[in-house]
Amino acid sequence: MEPKNVYLQDLTRGLVKENPVFVSLLGMCPLLGVTGFLFYGFGMGVATTAVTIGGTLIVSLLRNLIPKQVRIPIFIVVVATFVTVIEMSLEAFQPALHEALGVFVPLIVCNCLILGRLEAFSSKRPVLRSVADGLGAGLGFTLALVILAFVREVLGHGTLLGPDPDTVVQLFGPNFEAMTIFAQPAGAFIALGLLLALFNMMMKRFNI
Amino acid sequence: METLLSIIFIYIFVENFVLHRFFGICPFLGVSRKMETAIGMSMAVIFVMTMATLVTWLLYTFVLIPFNLGYLQIVTFILVIASLVQLVETVLRKISPTLYQGLGIFLPLITTNCAVLAVTLLAVRLEFAFIESIVFALAASVGFSLALIIMAGIRERLEMANMPDVLQGSAVTLITAGILSIAFLGFQGMLSL
Repeated sequence: MEPKNVYLQDLTRGLVKENPVFVSLLGMCPLLGVTGFLFYGFGMGVATTAVTIGGTLIVSLLRNLIPKQVRIPIFIVVVATFVTVIEMSLEAFQPALHEALGVFVPLIVCNCLILGRLEAFSSKRPVLRSVADGLGAGLGFTLALVILAFVREVLGHGTLLGPDPDTVVQLFGPNFEAMTIFAQPAGAFIALGLLLALFNMMMKRFNI
Repeated sequence: METLLSIIFIYIFVENFVLHRFFGICPFLGVSRKMETAIGMSMAVIFVMTMATLVTWLLYTFVLIPFNLGYLQIVTFILVIASLVQLVETVLRKISPTLYQGLGIFLPLITTNCAVLAVTLLAVRLEFAFIESIVFALAASVGFSLALIIMAGIRERLEMANMPDVLQGSAVTLITAGILSIAFLGFQGMLSL
């Protein structure tokens, strides 16, 4: 019996070893769609993590009340409710971010990462462990978003913390020519493909 | 008529749902290994997307808006899609077993295809009229199918290719998708609404 250890395990599992993006290839659409700038990627990660935590909390609380046959529709309604809450909060507090993420905010509903955690973990485990697991998966997803967004912003725009003119940092001198392909949709695919290959290589090298 | 034609052209080529807007990447990576499954999935998506947009547009305009229930948009739409998929599956199994065998296994997958939810949401958010919405859904799903089928054709060849083993599988598929997306960049700016 080492209760603390179990929570820590649930939390860290999603970060590298079972990273939802690099290992399971879940949630690819927002990953490619919003990572033009680091700020957008981070915002998307936080929003998804919040929805995941909410979903895992409610589902694990109700796990003994939910009939098995209709569990998927119930999960979807729970997730959709939290997504609505998040979308309204974003619209109220971060209108610029909400505008930039656009239809990808409501599309968090379709993120298989969340439904996957609910089905595989929260519907069978106690509340605290489920939330730790949801938080871990959300953080793992955020990590992937931030890495991809960092690569794309640095290479595609030569900036950090853009596009807001108040916070933007020009990384290179005035003669820098950005590789605009990485700001384009095509660059998202290529950058993610290369990152995946790199991740595979590291996993192999360190035998994880 | 002109708007309808430009909607068709834009959402098949210029703003291709997969290669430019990044909707429906999961099925794009998941079922593009074989041409047969890619075609099956495409047909199922065209069917469900158009049906879903038809239903959600009517529901949004005639129920949600008059009763001030706009905030239920996401919940309603995803439920409509999920139940529609279930309904189509049941009806197909009864009416046309052959078609069911072709599309059947793809139908449950469609519920979590974000392209379907995206198309229904965009149809009302872009304030398309009824006919425009249907044409938009049709064009978007044809664009999705186009990307999926091209990809399946490439991947069938890719199987034979010799490459570093870390690239195998999804990594090389994504890079190929990137190159395909560069090809579609050629359409950019040709038309806009």
